[in-house]
Amino acid sequence: MTVQTGIQPISAARRAKDRLVQVLVYLAFALAVIPLLSVLWLVVKNGIGRFDMEFLTHSMRNIGARDAGGGAYHAIIGTLEQVLLASLIAVPIGLLTAIYLVEYGEGGRLSRMISFFVDVMTGVPSVVSGLFILAFWILVLGMPFSGFAGALALSILMMPVVVRSAEEMLRLVPRELREASYALGVPKWRTIVKVVLPTAFTGIVTGVMLAVARVAGETAPLLLTVFITDSINNDPFNGPQMGLPLYVFDQAGRPTDTAINRAWTGALTLILIVMLLNLVARLITWWRSPARRR
Amino acid sequence: MATSTRTRESGPAQRRSAFRRSRGDGPFRFASTGAGVVLLAIMAAIGVFLVVKAVPALQANTSHFLTELTWQPNATEPVFGIGALAFGTVLSSLLALVIATPVAVGVALFISHYAPRRLASVLGYVVDLLAAVPSVVYGLWGVAFLVPFMLGPSKFLNDYLGWIPLFGGDTVVGKSMLTASLVLAIMILPIIAAISREVFLQAPKMQEEAALALGATRWEMIRMSVLPFGRPGVISAAMLGLGRAMGETIAVALIFPATFKISFQILGPYGNSIAANIANGFGEATEVGRGALIASGLVLFLITLLVNMAARFIIARRKEYARAAA
Repeated sequence: MTVQTGIQPISAARRAKDRLVQVLVYLAFALAVIPLLSVLWLVVKNGIGRFDMEFLTHSMRNIGARDAGGGAYHAIIGTLEQVLLASLIAVPIGLLTAIYLVEYGEGGRLSRMISFFVDVMTGVPSVVSGLFILAFWILVLGMPFSGFAGALALSILMMPVVVRSAEEMLRLVPRELREASYALGVPKWRTIVKVVLPTAFTGIVTGVMLAVARVAGETAPLLLTVFITDSINNDPFNGPQMGLPLYVFDQAGRPTDTAINRAWTGALTLILIVMLLNLVARLITWWRSPARRR
Repeated sequence: MATSTRTRESGPAQRRSAFRRSRGDGPFRFASTGAGVVLLAIMAAIGVFLVVKAVPALQANTSHFLTELTWQPNATEPVFGIGALAFGTVLSSLLALVIATPVAVGVALFISHYAPRRLASVLGYVVDLLAAVPSVVYGLWGVAFLVPFMLGPSKFLNDYLGWIPLFGGDTVVGKSMLTASLVLAIMILPIIAAISREVFLQAPKMQEEAALALGATRWEMIRMSVLPFGRPGVISAAMLGLGRAMGETIAVALIFPATFKISFQILGPYGNSIAANIANGFGEATEVGRGALIASGLVLFLITLLVNMAARFIIARRKEYARAAA
């Protein structure tokens, strides 16, 4: 892609350098994709064998590491409940914070501080959020290990993601819509609820789904707050639960082939859930993007 | 009827005050401000409660927390320190950064300036998918595939480059610091690539076109206009990646040999990190043990906090990067 000046051809050395960099850049991309393909290939290859009805409908109760069979039903239930509870906590707080930043903050000191710490919060390691809930909820308040404690830890990881994506979507809502609503005498809060939020709705849903996909695969916070069990526990507020990521970690740590196979199938199930969430979220964005309508 | 006449008489001033007096506005404003404050409170609470639960364990410690290498908080005379763990955390993260940054910058350039326009966003999404793979799956993949795979290249490095202390040592294993760093590198690559890409896309188009018009090749154009513009963005992206790598837990917990020794021999059977130690040690921890793990988590929290704040500060200072920060 060299530009011919018509005065002097580009020297061979410069052209070679340009070529070299191009090759390096293509190589970098290939290098980044190889691990992704390798991971997906191995997970599908090793996981598909046990991906059967028994796996999806049975727990690990009374099944030793050596025994074949067993499943992740208890883990799937646990993950669904924990992620749902985490979303119920994180989405309202995250959405309201985004509304504050966009509609009420007006660039003041408090809003700049919140904005900065939301960014910093995205960098809080997942294991630290687990330790915090362990220290605060379980050790200081004396609550039991439970799915809800895990949901609390996950919600801390979700909040900044929800705030950032919702904030971006709210800022995309045209000023004119708000002004038209004010001009009709509609108070600010009703304008936000009836005009701004519906306009940004799909974008916010996409952001929430990406946040859910991010926390659904987290293991470390669950390890410290939900603990591990082999039995089905449908009650997220009482007693240890399981989660799919925990299940994979637990089975991978057992030294037999049957357990390792279960770990792979658990990984396959987890990846399917997470990738599906990601894909649907991206499809919604693509579907609604203005570029497509042109 | 009555209202309509009143508004007509009093005009816009009256309207505005009616608008201000709406009953729902106060509570709504209060709720949204409150949510923001809750977020700040959570950040503060994380620090406070970690300190509260760490202090009793630190008082029971019979050694110096910052310099001690061993980790035996469950013994009757607890001896534990962050030394070896902090060293492992920093070394593995820095190695991951050194491996990931050049590749990530290449990927970002590929998507922003080399890939065909139509494909660019799809290819960018493929790289983002790397971030969607859960940590525990990387751990499983690392143990099953990368650990045995790395044995060959590690032996090669040890045989031919063994004179470099980093690659030296008599024993070469697959479960090494290098393998763990490689997994970390794969995991932080998407975030570095994504932010760098956003920054490169915002490089001034006029400068790029001017460079091309003056006869620059594509690489010369990138070197003269894109890279100088993007440098601070890439630096802060790398720092965010560093923060991620330090906090990464499960994948490295499965790979690290969990020793408590300071060794620069990244091919040998050494290595551990604060986060991995928390995941591995939590199961059998006593009360003091849990406190000790919380104390180590506090150190991790503070380190990542500093790294992240510095990175965010660099991004926030430049208005052009506003979009990339999200």
